[in-house]
Amino acid sequence: MGKLNVTLCGIEMDNPVIPASGTFGYGYEFAELYDINCLGTFSFKGTTKEPRYGNPLPRIAECKAGLINAIGLQNPGIDRVISEELPKLKEVFSKPVMANVGGFSVEEYVELCARLDREEQVGWLEVNISCPNVKAGGKSYGMTPEDAAEVTAAVKAVTTKPCIMKLTPNVTDIVSIAKACEDAGADGVSLINTLYGMRIDLKTGRPVIANRMGGYSGPAAFPIALRMVYQVRSAVKIPIVGIGGVSSAEDVVEMMYAGATAVGVGAANCIDPFASKKIIEDLPRVMEKYGIDSLESIIGGAQ
Amino acid sequence: MKQEILTVKSNDALTKSVYRLRLEGDLSSFTRPGQFCNIALPGFYLRRPISVCDIEDGVLTLLYKVVGHGTEAMADMMPGTKLDVLCGLGNGYDTEKSGPAPLLLGGGVGIPPLYGLAKALIAEGKQVRAILGFNTAEEIFWADEFRALGADVTVTTADGSAGVKGFVTDAMPDEYTYFYTCGPIPMLRAVYAKTVTSGQFSFEARMGCGFGACMGCSMKTADGGYKRVCREGPVFEKEEIVWES
Repeated sequence: MGKLNVTLCGIEMDNPVIPASGTFGYGYEFAELYDINCLGTFSFKGTTKEPRYGNPLPRIAECKAGLINAIGLQNPGIDRVISEELPKLKEVFSKPVMANVGGFSVEEYVELCARLDREEQVGWLEVNISCPNVKAGGKSYGMTPEDAAEVTAAVKAVTTKPCIMKLTPNVTDIVSIAKACEDAGADGVSLINTLYGMRIDLKTGRPVIANRMGGYSGPAAFPIALRMVYQVRSAVKIPIVGIGGVSSAEDVVEMMYAGATAVGVGAANCIDPFASKKIIEDLPRVMEKYGIDSLESIIGGAQ
Repeated sequence: MKQEILTVKSNDALTKSVYRLRLEGDLSSFTRPGQFCNIALPGFYLRRPISVCDIEDGVLTLLYKVVGHGTEAMADMMPGTKLDVLCGLGNGYDTEKSGPAPLLLGGGVGIPPLYGLAKALIAEGKQVRAILGFNTAEEIFWADEFRALGADVTVTTADGSAGVKGFVTDAMPDEYTYFYTCGPIPMLRAVYAKTVTSGQFSFEARMGCGFGACMGCSMKTADGGYKRVCREGPVFEKEEIVWES
């Protein structure tokens, strides 16, 4: 059997599959269904300083191939994540977890990262810089190289664990953002976050989502994400977590050829709770079919 | 929750837009009336969450209304079709709190989960009174099935073409020990305002996953927190509910 293991920012993973933040909660809904230790790791629900309910309902809209969400970072807040969620997770997941943080100011990112950096269960910090910067009228930190670099440098200054910056695709040039993160000290980048989208209900003539717009994810994002991973790989040296529309073991392999060291699975978890497990179990078959002995050996192979 | 492959036994129209779908397979993950299942439909990305009407002799009965493309496709499903279904979702109704004479208030496609509940309450020896609300006489379904269980049934229609003219809240008795309800939001709000005992409300929501992962359907609760309609719900106690304007 081929070798599935990869090393992401110095931490070895049994396989490259990472359920993406926001599609896997804090893990234990899935742990009721199967042993989630089969995962490479997973990125837990985006955590903010204060507890957040998020946006008004409805905040989900179906699309031909995927869905739009405007959850708005619902989460119990950092205090309860550390005091309640992580201990619960420990009972069902023994691997290092990826801690996803969202912030509305540089200070918030810094505090969250510094606190989660001290948690033994946390392997990596995934810093979602697609959140709106409240001080800049809601423009996200991931939209300019300067803002992305500012957050990166600030969180790197207070952490010891690898910081992976999660990038929004809703920009003119994602490569310049990735390079700015690398130059500011990021240990890795993950891309892509969701694509801005919307749906309108023909019965009412109004947007389906109460917040009007949301983030599209699903299989139609895959070729876009793949292209962005490919472009970023050619421009930066730090590892990439490739995310976007991945729904099969073939997609994982394709994403790795484009340049991803590890691969996020997002929307697929929402339509099949076993999706990530099935993808991992199918990887050896796909590797054998295409004559791949080791996944690590194909990273960026299409460059 | 379990992921099961269920087989369509029958799928037929009860009214112009309400259908009865009967599915066979392993139904062991359903434990309470008021739970739901989430059905994967070929050609549609998200599953369709449908509340359980009844489980009897290894057959799951769902009553659904054709409201969009997904349910239109469901209406065309032929017997023998195999479906990928997440079973045993949600908390369901708690029958222990009912007292001896519970009142059930259902509106339109909110009626189906109350049927399984009525059956469970009657099996526990309780006197069930059900008020079933419809828009008009030709939309009435399942009232006879409630009567066959031994429930005392009152039908209301908004246009007065059958039963009591008006809404379910216009036909409420003075005395009951507890209530259970499911239906459109305006009806639930009216029930909330007019009921004098505690009770349980079943909610509908646009869901992403249906099993608690995506947080797409969270509702604020009276304690200042939130609960997921799909996971901690769809049934909420009256005291937990916060109505958003």
